[in-house]
Amino acid sequence: MIVKLAWRNIWRNKRRTLITVASIFFAVLFSIFMNSFQKGAWVRMLDNIVNYYYGYAQIHQKGYWEEKTINDVLELNDELWQLPTQIDGLEQIIPRLETFALLSSGEHTSSMMIVGTNPDAEDKLTKLKSRLTEGTYFNQTDKALLIAEGVKDLLKISLGDTLIILTQGYHGVNAAGKYPIKGIVHFASPDLNKRMVYLPLEETQDLLGAPSMATTLALRLSDRDDLEYVLEQLQTQLDTDKYEIMDWQSMLPDLVEAQKTDAAGNYIFLLVLYLIISFGIFGTILMLVKEREHEFGILLSIGMSRSLLAFSTWVEILLMALLGVILGMLAALPLVHYFKVNPIDFSDYGEMAESYEKWGFDPIFPTIMDASLFYSQAIIMAIITSLLALFAIWKIYKLKPVEAMRE
Amino acid sequence: MSLITIKGITKTYNPKKIPVHALRGIDLTIEEGEFTAIVGPSGSGKTTLLNIIGGLDRQTKGEILVDNVNISDLSDNKLIDFRKNKIGFVFQSYNLIPVFTAAENIGFIMLLQKKSKDEISKRVIELLKSVGIEEQKDKRPNQMSGGQQQRVAVARALASKPKFVLADEPTANLDSKSTSDLLDIMENLNRNEEITFVFSTHDQRVIDRAHRVVTIEDGKVISDVKIKN
Repeated sequence: MIVKLAWRNIWRNKRRTLITVASIFFAVLFSIFMNSFQKGAWVRMLDNIVNYYYGYAQIHQKGYWEEKTINDVLELNDELWQLPTQIDGLEQIIPRLETFALLSSGEHTSSMMIVGTNPDAEDKLTKLKSRLTEGTYFNQTDKALLIAEGVKDLLKISLGDTLIILTQGYHGVNAAGKYPIKGIVHFASPDLNKRMVYLPLEETQDLLGAPSMATTLALRLSDRDDLEYVLEQLQTQLDTDKYEIMDWQSMLPDLVEAQKTDAAGNYIFLLVLYLIISFGIFGTILMLVKEREHEFGILLSIGMSRSLLAFSTWVEILLMALLGVILGMLAALPLVHYFKVNPIDFSDYGEMAESYEKWGFDPIFPTIMDASLFYSQAIIMAIITSLLALFAIWKIYKLKPVEAMRE
Repeated sequence: MSLITIKGITKTYNPKKIPVHALRGIDLTIEEGEFTAIVGPSGSGKTTLLNIIGGLDRQTKGEILVDNVNISDLSDNKLIDFRKNKIGFVFQSYNLIPVFTAAENIGFIMLLQKKSKDEISKRVIELLKSVGIEEQKDKRPNQMSGGQQQRVAVARALASKPKFVLADEPTANLDSKSTSDLLDIMENLNRNEEITFVFSTHDQRVIDRAHRVVTIEDGKVISDVKIKN
């Protein structure tokens, strides 16, 4: 009966209710879309950036990340190789042996990053093969290099030329070798494009005198949502005094900060939006209380308790808000779905597209369909309306039936 | 057996500023089964007295016992409970809940008393019959005439099976026919079901049907006449 009373009361002033519901509807629709768009864009950016090279998580020998020296290598033992079979969600480990080296061709010499990796596994994680612009992709048994386009330009070389690599190997051994260029890849990120040189893992281990060793194990997950679970499992299964297990947030703190800053801007915008809506709802509550003072007096007179009357009024205000929230959610559903399937694409916008690519991600912005984006709106509106309804509740608790009935 | 005992009730509005003395020491006893009219000119204090008897307002001084309970001592919440279970109210302007039908208006108070659905629907039909508006049960107040609304109000007042009904100028907004019909209904309920009625009125038609007439002027009882037992 209380819900019936509340529901019918909502429709006593249809126009006012519709205006209030409409304002909540637009706020919810807008905030779901904004959040979904912002989160969707970030998920795609993270996928782009994280899968460009790092992976969502890595395992190193303790202390490697801080110093990044060839002496902090880990041994590729059975314990590490068997991790994917023991942890759900961990698809593959991709061992890399990374170091800096002098590369030379003719009169040109430059410092580059040598990445020894398993070509197939690397392709599965970073889609390296798809970045090939010249030549062919390398394989595990090759004694040949895959270089970035920027390296080619710096050293004035071309496909098929031979490069001399000179560096310091494991525990100070001299490492030198010469390798032909088998393929050239393009990285949108200028930083990667001018320093990346790939060599098959085993050849790199031979070159650096570090057999069965790697500096990094990049992890390929079944789904990014498995990250937390995989990290938990790694923490329990591996000796954390020996290994450091890092997620993308620890490896890319600048990216985390950028995401936080962007999210904060979005929250401020939504806060202002909700503040404006709150004033609208409060106006409705003010009018509702004033109009119904007489009726509140009658209900108290005939024996309705103040707590029940307050509850009924709260339900009425909440129902009005929920109506707006539900309609807003229903309208947001197809909108979010449409932009998930047909993301906003800036690929054709020349400079804009290029600037995004320089940061390492494609200029495509999809929405994300996440249930929490929807129900969080219901929770926010329930909190806002409940707080605003406190005014009505306060008035009910202060009401004197005789005076109210004179209104 | 006395149902309401009023001892030295005074009511002063604005006691600290410009005091207005609405009641100046009322002593009155109302027995069970009475059909009493409290009469007097406007501003004499009838409504204030009714409000105090009904626990809607509190007296400045004095004591009031209703069904042997000193209602002056009751807390706000207990007073609301007391009103719900012991007193039926009929107001001058009907004061029905506009979003409820006639039947829902009558049944609502029983819901507050946590009565069962079956009991409520049975009693609602019974009351609608007794006030002669059974066919109006699904109509909302704005779809009924003033007389019909006041009958619903009487039925609502009786729904909780109260000890007595307080009616504040119940006929003030009714035409002669509706007034006469309403008084017939109330008189029958008083006679057949021994329900105690206390009215405030200055309507001669009501005064003529009352069994006891208490006249108030300037906040004092100036006459108390029993016309019929």
